Amino acid sequence: MIELGSVTVRRGGVPVLRGIGLVVGTGESVGIVGPNGAGKTTLLRLLATLIAPSTGEAKILGAQVGTTAVDAIRSRISLVGHEPALYPELTLAENLEHLCRLSGADPALGRINLDKTGLGAVADRRADRCSNGMRRRADLARVMTTDPDLLLLDEAHAGLDRDARAVIDHVVATTLSGGGAVVVVSHEADALGDLTDRIIPLAAGRLG
Amino acid sequence: MTGFWSEVVTVVRRDVIAEWRRGEIATVVLPFALVALMVFPLAIGVDLPLLTRIGPATFWAIVLLFGMQIGLRQTTTETTVMRDALALTGSDPVARHVGRTLSATALLVGFAAVLYPAMLVFYAPDVPVRWPVMVGLVLLYVVGLGQLITLAAQVTIGVGGRNTLAPLIVAPLAIPLVVGASQALESVGRGGSILSWTLLVTAVDLALVVTGIVVARPLEEASR
Repeated sequence: MIELGSVTVRRGGVPVLRGIGLVVGTGESVGIVGPNGAGKTTLLRLLATLIAPSTGEAKILGAQVGTTAVDAIRSRISLVGHEPALYPELTLAENLEHLCRLSGADPALGRINLDKTGLGAVADRRADRCSNGMRRRADLARVMTTDPDLLLLDEAHAGLDRDARAVIDHVVATTLSGGGAVVVVSHEADALGDLTDRIIPLAAGRLG
Repeated sequence: MTGFWSEVVTVVRRDVIAEWRRGEIATVVLPFALVALMVFPLAIGVDLPLLTRIGPATFWAIVLLFGMQIGLRQTTTETTVMRDALALTGSDPVARHVGRTLSATALLVGFAAVLYPAMLVFYAPDVPVRWPVMVGLVLLYVVGLGQLITLAAQVTIGVGGRNTLAPLIVAPLAIPLVVGASQALESVGRGGSILSWTLLVTAVDLALVVTGIVVARPLEEASR
């Protein structure tokens, strides 16, 4: 699923990740823990194929990162960050339908998954008129529509209530049972709960 | 509808709905553009021959200057998080670029359609009302402008001072469009041929279409 060999990533000439080696297989859930500025978000974006390594080799779902081969596998990856990926002027349902249409999924799945995440009653409310918690949940509903092979979570449980955390746990369990892999990053190990099988520390761009 | 065109339509629909709900073009950009269009007649006074001469060029220039605001506003909601999510849909970057270009063009057409009658009123240009020609010229002009603005917005995503930088990129590149459209409109007034000027604008449009298709993916990858 994930094969990183001596990967270095520089942003603006500054090395953010240094000599990263990581292998994550099918059905595995890995936690990466490190302080602010350790390079956690950059690592997740690398795993999502959104940035290419400056040196070293990165293979995600069999595709070499930094080549056009990633075009074919990107729709099998889901990334959930601190900020929900929603257009403020569109309703929650419109946001999900929009992303479903672009990913080739059934647009009806958007509304179905909003119902599953407890947002059925506010599905037609504009995203910028929803609370942050609602938007975070809608972001999880977005992930559920994609049914990813690789799920990447940035500070998965931060700022979420118990019900929303249960949704995340469900999404993680579904991904793993479907033969996928999960990587969760956090600044503290306690926040990862039971989400991961193993935890790897990350400090100053190096995996420990 | 093929996957490509289905993605294009999806992007256009999103952009138009978002702009309709923001309402910034109708409530901010358009009123300022109308004021700008009125400034010259107020400053010059009742010098009809002069107003008649500068009317068409002023119109194209105002569509260019305020049109840039329309294009840039469209991309302000595309945060890094949103762009990442779009990339992870696996949709075609070229389709998304074409969609953004078409929606920018559609918004510019609406914008120009309101400004054009205002220009006829304020400047009384010596142009016979040949609507098919006028509509064709406006379309050719805004198609080029829409592409240019979308490209400039994409190039400057994530760059500090993009509101200054994007117009600096667009303005010089839009000169052939402004000159071609202005001269064509003047030729209509003189009863001359508009073929050469129309061909110039069409050639610029086609060059921008090809450029947009070629650079859409690399630009998107580089903007992260």
